[in-house]
Amino acid sequence: MTPLRRWLQAFAVHGVLLVGVAFALYPVLWVAALAFSGSNAPEPRVLPWPSEPTLAHLTEVVGATADDGGETIWIFGRQLLNSLVVGAATALVGVLIAIPTAYALARFEFLGKRRGMGVLLATQMFPAVASAIPLYLILESAGLLNTRTGLVLCYASTAVPFAIFQLRAAFEAIPVDLEEAAMVDGATRLGAFVRVVLPVARPAIAVTSLFAFMSAYNEFILAATLLDDSKMFTLPVMLQRFVGEYDARWEAFAAGALVVSLPVMGLFYVAQRHLVEGLASGGVKG
Amino acid sequence: MVEIRLRAVSKRFGDTVVLDGIDACFPDRSFVVLVGKSGCGKSTLLRCIAGLEEVTEGGIEFGGRDVTRLAPRDRDVAMVFQSYALYPHMTVRRNLAFGLELRKEKRAVIDARVAEVAKLLEIEHLLDRHPRALSGGQRQRVAMGRAIVRRPAVFMFDEPLSNLDPTLRNTVRVDIRRMHDDLGATTIYVTHDQVEAMTLADVLVVLDRGVVQQIGAPIDVYRNPANRFVAGFVGSPAMNFLDGRVVDSTVELAGGVRVPLPEGTPAVAAGKTVVVGIRPHDVRRDPDGTVAFVVELVETLGSHVHVHGRVGDAVFVAAFEGHTGPKRGETLSLVVDRLHLFDPETGVALR
Repeated sequence: MTPLRRWLQAFAVHGVLLVGVAFALYPVLWVAALAFSGSNAPEPRVLPWPSEPTLAHLTEVVGATADDGGETIWIFGRQLLNSLVVGAATALVGVLIAIPTAYALARFEFLGKRRGMGVLLATQMFPAVASAIPLYLILESAGLLNTRTGLVLCYASTAVPFAIFQLRAAFEAIPVDLEEAAMVDGATRLGAFVRVVLPVARPAIAVTSLFAFMSAYNEFILAATLLDDSKMFTLPVMLQRFVGEYDARWEAFAAGALVVSLPVMGLFYVAQRHLVEGLASGGVKG
Repeated sequence: MVEIRLRAVSKRFGDTVVLDGIDACFPDRSFVVLVGKSGCGKSTLLRCIAGLEEVTEGGIEFGGRDVTRLAPRDRDVAMVFQSYALYPHMTVRRNLAFGLELRKEKRAVIDARVAEVAKLLEIEHLLDRHPRALSGGQRQRVAMGRAIVRRPAVFMFDEPLSNLDPTLRNTVRVDIRRMHDDLGATTIYVTHDQVEAMTLADVLVVLDRGVVQQIGAPIDVYRNPANRFVAGFVGSPAMNFLDGRVVDSTVELAGGVRVPLPEGTPAVAAGKTVVVGIRPHDVRRDPDGTVAFVVELVETLGSHVHVHGRVGDAVFVAAFEGHTGPKRGETLSLVVDRLHLFDPETGVALR
């Protein structure tokens, strides 16, 4: 191939990729442009570029305070903490329950295994919203309305089935030989699980945790139903308050959306190596 | 001292009988090879002895100690898996040390043993690599190292050479036998390759459909197979089987060819219908031979030739020394030096 042709080919490939990236990023750029635009600025145009650039909305959202019985508290900080705690706890509880379940489903034969899997799958077919009212009543009678614990319990119960299916596939992809080798080497069944299976499944566990975290971190409807104290709000509920019935503050909403997505972006950045491994796991052995 | 005794070991999965009443005794320090076709139960038997599979009935003893219900880790065995089963998240060094760490050995002891085994197997330069960075042959050595480092009473090998290329297979086979002789443990080795079985074994166990067909020294099994299955399975090329009838001191093959019974052939009632087994190496070209052999195909192996053809209507294979074979279409006269007689119904050798 001549240098010219190679250059043309690279040009074409990168051109196509650039168009693809622009297509995917356009809405995000638009939100970013909106977030940095002045309040009285004209509506954004085709090109996502801020008009009357300002950081006012960003500082407003991040610096939001509220009055708490005569005391002024940093409400945004509270809500960010709520979101992070609820997300992390959901991931922890969900994955801790899913790991032993998924392992049992992957390795053992027992009565009701197939039917149990069917039921588990069936629960995935109902939208979580369908159970919002019953959940509200249950949490109310348990005294868990307006608490992070209540929210975590609801989220974990929806995260568990998905996590089980993810992890079962991951455990099935691990050769039984490895566990047997560990048992011959002197480990108990539990020891083989802890020392060999879990470390080998680590990428899959990381991915599953991340998904559980995100499902909780992003969830809006249940949170909006079960929480009515702004101190207990998670970030999606906080965001929604910028868009009311009579008044839509889109610039503040956009600024909030940017801030809210930062932790998730950070997590993905840190976990990307595991993510690639985890998503590819099961395909190739050895 | 670990003599392994199996008492009527049976294994069933639901209605499927995998092992059916296996009795055997393997002397201390012997190299035992379990051989048979795939699905004959040899791997299951190995796994039962290792404790990875529970026996349905019967018992297993190691040196007089009943281990039937013991977990693998309490049996003092080590195993080399067909897939090697190296821990992918550990370096070679940690793979080797794993068993010792679980047994709470002192750090200094572990380091010394790992170093010693690494030197023995010439894998010192690989100690800090992960298994994924090793070739097949290197992985195989690490798997052996992981077994040796623990100094177990019993070594188990489950088709350890099947993932290696043929040249490497021969070298490693010799290494395994040498290692067995040096270490003085009892070894149980599963294979479907009868060359491995013949060359490695002190005690050969031929299995078919979960039943022991014959146990003995390889050469005894080869020379005096207990039944038609063993006769056909052990030896390469496989033994020829022809229908025949015993008449006086000869056996008459289909087509009326009479073969005198060689000396040492057991006396069998005259007139009895039999299956005649003749090993390809037990025939000779001789102008006075009574068996007419029509040549159809000649395979040259260098040191000898395998000649495929027909005796009467039956397919027949003969092996001759030397490197020049007969021509296709030629008819040879053969003398049979040794033959085996089997009961046509039960397949049992007539002795």
